[in-house]
Amino acid sequence: MKPVTEADLHTYIDGALSEGARAEVEAWLASHPEDAERLRAYAEQNALLRSLYNPVLDEPVPAALLAVRPHAWRRYAAAAAIFALGIGLGWIVRGMFITTQMPPVSLARLAATAHGVYSPEVRHPVEVTANEEEHLVAWLSKRLGTTLKAPKLAPLGYELVGGRLLSGPQGPVAHFMYQDARGLRLTLYVSRQKGEPRDTAFRFSQEDRVSVFYWVDGNFGYALSGEIKREQLLNVADVVYKQLNP
Amino acid sequence: MDRRLIIEHIPRLRRYARALVGDRYVADDLVQDTLERAWNKFYLWRRRRPGSDLRAWLFTIMHNVFVNQARRRRYEIEQAMEEVPAVSVRATQGEQLELQDVDRVLRSLSPEQREVVLLVAVEQLTYEEVSGALDIPIGTVMSRLSRARERMRQLLGGQTVMPLKVVK
Repeated sequence: MKPVTEADLHTYIDGALSEGARAEVEAWLASHPEDAERLRAYAEQNALLRSLYNPVLDEPVPAALLAVRPHAWRRYAAAAAIFALGIGLGWIVRGMFITTQMPPVSLARLAATAHGVYSPEVRHPVEVTANEEEHLVAWLSKRLGTTLKAPKLAPLGYELVGGRLLSGPQGPVAHFMYQDARGLRLTLYVSRQKGEPRDTAFRFSQEDRVSVFYWVDGNFGYALSGEIKREQLLNVADVVYKQLNP
Repeated sequence: MDRRLIIEHIPRLRRYARALVGDRYVADDLVQDTLERAWNKFYLWRRRRPGSDLRAWLFTIMHNVFVNQARRRRYEIEQAMEEVPAVSVRATQGEQLELQDVDRVLRSLSPEQREVVLLVAVEQLTYEEVSGALDIPIGTVMSRLSRARERMRQLLGGQTVMPLKVVK
């Protein structure tokens, strides 16, 4: 295997690698867990720094800053002041309507709760079973307003049981359930996210006995839950992510 | 509407300045100085070829203002930096790391490293744009980025962390 450079690794998480180079880095990471762990931490830093400072964007801009202008503009001071006031008011009003972008921590909790409620169900774990997979996916896609896919996890030993529609804080949620030969269940929770589209790194959360890997991709949040070890769940989450982002 | 062009960028300049210097008022002073200088040099930007990025140009100006000011009178940030002990902020196992800790770790970076990390991570400039804005070779961008990230990782305990809440 061709060794990748430190620069490649950084470029990988900053999302600026070409397809081919990305595949090379991924192959490298698959066999270099220390680099993979390090990169996960760096990607997480990106996400944390954005959560920390993005709220500044929603603050009203101080009038003093809007009033800065070159000398030639002084003549238009009055008009500009009114313009600035308008912008300032605009920002204030905007601020009243746009809530601060929360980190998707509640996504993990919501997903873990849904997992806890539905995965022990014996008779009615899902609303639509995998027999009608095509219908299930079409139905949930329509309700979420996007094209969903039910990831194929059979190579990992998890067969699709089916899915259901849930209600979440941002509206409809698609909930897919998988099961292995022993009856161990994993669920994938897909919900629309508030605010501007963005991407986050994989994050992990332990919600009591339920392990959750979750991430945001564009307008949608994804959370994979199961009562299995973090490393095992990460394997599955990796596959889910790759299938959803071919 | 030249004026509008620049005004559009103020929120992002404020975000970067806040992350760079920490204190809200010091940050807005930095934005104000940047805007004044930008206005006085705007004709230079307009003479560039079309398509050249106004935002990257504004970051260049802010970088120069920041460096000059930091040289003239020491920024509060630099004093704060000396107070930050270079120890891991992760106190005990199982304790949730909060965003303030990330901020503290960010403050413990040198201003040069902090600029690179923020332009890449928060402002999402390309490495080439960062190289242009800070007027340093791309290799220097990469080495600063690499060192900054590794230092942050060490100080944050090298573990997956989860933010609990947004801190304004």
